[in-house]
Amino acid sequence: MVSEQLVDLSRLQFAATAMYHFLFVPLTIGMTWMLVIMESVYVMTGKVIYKDMTRFWGKLFGINFALGVTTGITMEFQFGTNWAYYSHYVGDIFGAPLAIEGLMAFFLESTFIGLFFFGWDRLSRRQHLLVTVLMAVGTNLSALWILIANGWMQNPVGAEFNYQTMRMEMTSFWALVFNPDAQAKFVHTVSAGYVTGAMFVLSISSWYLLHGRDVEFAKKSFRIAAAFGFASACSVIVLGDESGYTVGEAQQTKLAAMEAMWETEPAPAGLKLIAGINEAQMKNDWEISVPWLLGLIGTRSLDKQLPGIHEIRAKNRERVVSGIEAVRALEQVRHNPDDLAAKARLQTHQANLGFGLLLRKYVRTMDEVTPELIDRAAADTIPRVAPLFWSFRLMVAIGFGFFALSGLALWYSIRGSFAERRWLLRWALWFLPLPWLACELGWFVAEYGRQPWTIYGVLPTHLSVSTLSVGSLYGSLAGFVGFYTVLLVVELYLMVRFSRQGPGSLGTGRYALETAHT
Amino acid sequence: MLDYETLKVIWWLLVGVLLVGFAVMDGHDMGVGTLLPFVGKNDVERRIIINTVGPHWDGNQVWFITGGGAIFAAWPLVYATAFSGFYWAMLAVLWALFFRPVGFDYRSKIQDARWRSTWDWGLFVGGAVPPLIFGVAFGNLLQGVPFSFDEDLVSTYTGSFWALLNPFALLCGVVSSAMIAAHGAVYLAHRTEGAIAQRVRLTAVAAFVVMLLGFAAAGVWLAQGIDGFVIRSAVDTAGAANPLAKQVTREAGAWLANYQRWPLTLALPALGFAGALLAMLAVSRGRTLIAFVASSLAMTGVIGTAGISMFPFVMPSSSHPASSLTVWDSVSSHLTLSIMFWAVVIFMPLIIAYTGWAYRVMAGKVTADFIRENEHSAY
Repeated sequence: MVSEQLVDLSRLQFAATAMYHFLFVPLTIGMTWMLVIMESVYVMTGKVIYKDMTRFWGKLFGINFALGVTTGITMEFQFGTNWAYYSHYVGDIFGAPLAIEGLMAFFLESTFIGLFFFGWDRLSRRQHLLVTVLMAVGTNLSALWILIANGWMQNPVGAEFNYQTMRMEMTSFWALVFNPDAQAKFVHTVSAGYVTGAMFVLSISSWYLLHGRDVEFAKKSFRIAAAFGFASACSVIVLGDESGYTVGEAQQTKLAAMEAMWETEPAPAGLKLIAGINEAQMKNDWEISVPWLLGLIGTRSLDKQLPGIHEIRAKNRERVVSGIEAVRALEQVRHNPDDLAAKARLQTHQANLGFGLLLRKYVRTMDEVTPELIDRAAADTIPRVAPLFWSFRLMVAIGFGFFALSGLALWYSIRGSFAERRWLLRWALWFLPLPWLACELGWFVAEYGRQPWTIYGVLPTHLSVSTLSVGSLYGSLAGFVGFYTVLLVVELYLMVRFSRQGPGSLGTGRYALETAHT
Repeated sequence: MLDYETLKVIWWLLVGVLLVGFAVMDGHDMGVGTLLPFVGKNDVERRIIINTVGPHWDGNQVWFITGGGAIFAAWPLVYATAFSGFYWAMLAVLWALFFRPVGFDYRSKIQDARWRSTWDWGLFVGGAVPPLIFGVAFGNLLQGVPFSFDEDLVSTYTGSFWALLNPFALLCGVVSSAMIAAHGAVYLAHRTEGAIAQRVRLTAVAAFVVMLLGFAAAGVWLAQGIDGFVIRSAVDTAGAANPLAKQVTREAGAWLANYQRWPLTLALPALGFAGALLAMLAVSRGRTLIAFVASSLAMTGVIGTAGISMFPFVMPSSSHPASSLTVWDSVSSHLTLSIMFWAVVIFMPLIIAYTGWAYRVMAGKVTADFIRENEHSAY
């Protein structure tokens, strides 16, 4: 059996490096379109200030992008280095979108980002704009493919277990691509990136306005950010991926957990705004809820029921029992491929194989399984409720905060009076870190809410790891923490330095603080 | 849909193509990184050197990322076993690569000699370490590495990081490093002028000499001193991928068997030698573009030699030979191989086309004037 410490450390390392990576991704995703908008205005109007905007915000984008690339390679390595059995077990499906991401998206993004920075004097205006657009398309396509891969982890469609190769194999590529879960996730995630990009420009522009310098530059940037930000904030809320949560069973479990819905309520279920969660007794001590709301959002209907945690757990217990049969039959078939009876039993129980594998956390063979262990495995299928419940609520609250802020920013942009409303500018400035917090909370809900699985219902997390020593994990974790801390310090130093200096850092002679850095 | 057996062979070729693509494209900017602190004598020279690859290093690095992704998709067992088995070697590559994006982008943003020199050495690490480790890795693959599978196909690696650094593997590392340094020098000769161009010509010739001697020595060593692997049971080349369904033995001279069976494959080692000799000759006469093509062909020959010597093995196991991974039994399903094949067929020509366009846009020598005029935007 795999040591629990190894599993915990592998999870910690993946979570830490993934969350760190996602500090840089959303800004990249959002900024690419902001740059496209700014440069389009430049090409259409010929006003050089818009070119300067593209170049200055592009400079900050570049500082951020460098760390996005750096930390992105870690993610690709880590499936192989630390999750070897996962890579073997589902690589047939999971590897494809990753490879296509490289072929279709990364090449596009990375080739044109070079021309974006270096091609200003060598390309015509239109050519350069095309380069910027292709860079943005590449960035967004890469989000699409990685979210197709991640969507499959939540809702594994278009695949089947093959006992000969001892792994999951693809049966339909299009089911994988058009997985509703992946599509909902893609729209939600890129929208969150757009909000991040818009808030970034809005905040820093507000800072210039509060200090009364580079005012024209800041005003123009603010207006674009307000409009783009408001559209994105609407999109991130309306197309919030809650609709995706009813698609597969994985998401039903996650939905029940993040809504602290212990009992199955008559449809349409109410939405708990806050609740006193009692994890030990599996109930809420008190709650304040809005009737009907969750049922309406979650199922888009009045009569479809959403299962509560108790019901899901009871159903999963049956699946564990069936899964034990699947594991037994699989062992027999692997031992003797001509055993037709075992093959037939495997066929019957195959859909629950993953639930049987949950027991491998406690026992080596299915002969050692006791009813208590079956209960335990069934209980394991429910993630902890309170962290999900509160993370989700905080994320949503921040989301509505963006909606209000960007709405007001847009309103006063249209009225032309935002630059005098210092309270608005200060609000925008204080909100600067919040998009990142919301993004991290969202990913926490998505990934922690999938536990105890790496692939929902198919492969338990504790079987997915590489057979490494605990010492190796401590060593690599320490290495990542060290490298990433230094890199973050350097990145923030440059970000703050160039943000403070502002467009003067371009050295064009048109802005304040030209001499602060040469 | 192409049949499974054909696709398995095609994917062996495609992984080779991606590796060669990586060596040619990412290789030249890694070579440039390796040479940077030695060839650039002052800040302006170093900025010239960095800016020859400034607009391209990121696109080039995608050859590496896509190569990794393609191995994941097409050979999941190889990806899983190699990355977890070579844990510390892989982390060393990864951590070395950390220095590249930040090194390129951050170095010239601050005008401070210590800051810049630190990043220059960072770019050196990011350029020099990966090719060295990849060469060492190939050296170990040729000798077999200690891993085995249990009945659930969980792989366990029993070697240590230090055991990877054996003499033959280090020799392969030298060949790889010399090849990449030479390639970078040839590229620099093409993109710079004056003193730098003069200097790197000599560097290129010296690196090619080391590479040729190393390649020849490794060839003799492989033929005389290293037992190859042979599959001793019938192989269902079109069957489901199961690496435990075969018997494998070690035999002296087995790594030369393919050259006897298909004499045409001798063209690969020949290409390695001929390409390097031609590149040496061309670069010393200032024919830098020809030298770059020849150097690329040399790398194709060297990588191809390692590949065809082992075929059909990809990752032989020294401790439990039956667990060895081959092109027949470590691959993805028929459907996945087929989809990925078409993805490559569709996208690879596009990638080559727009990468070519990007190089054309940025073509020409990078000069001191260019650095002066682009003080605030150049790397």
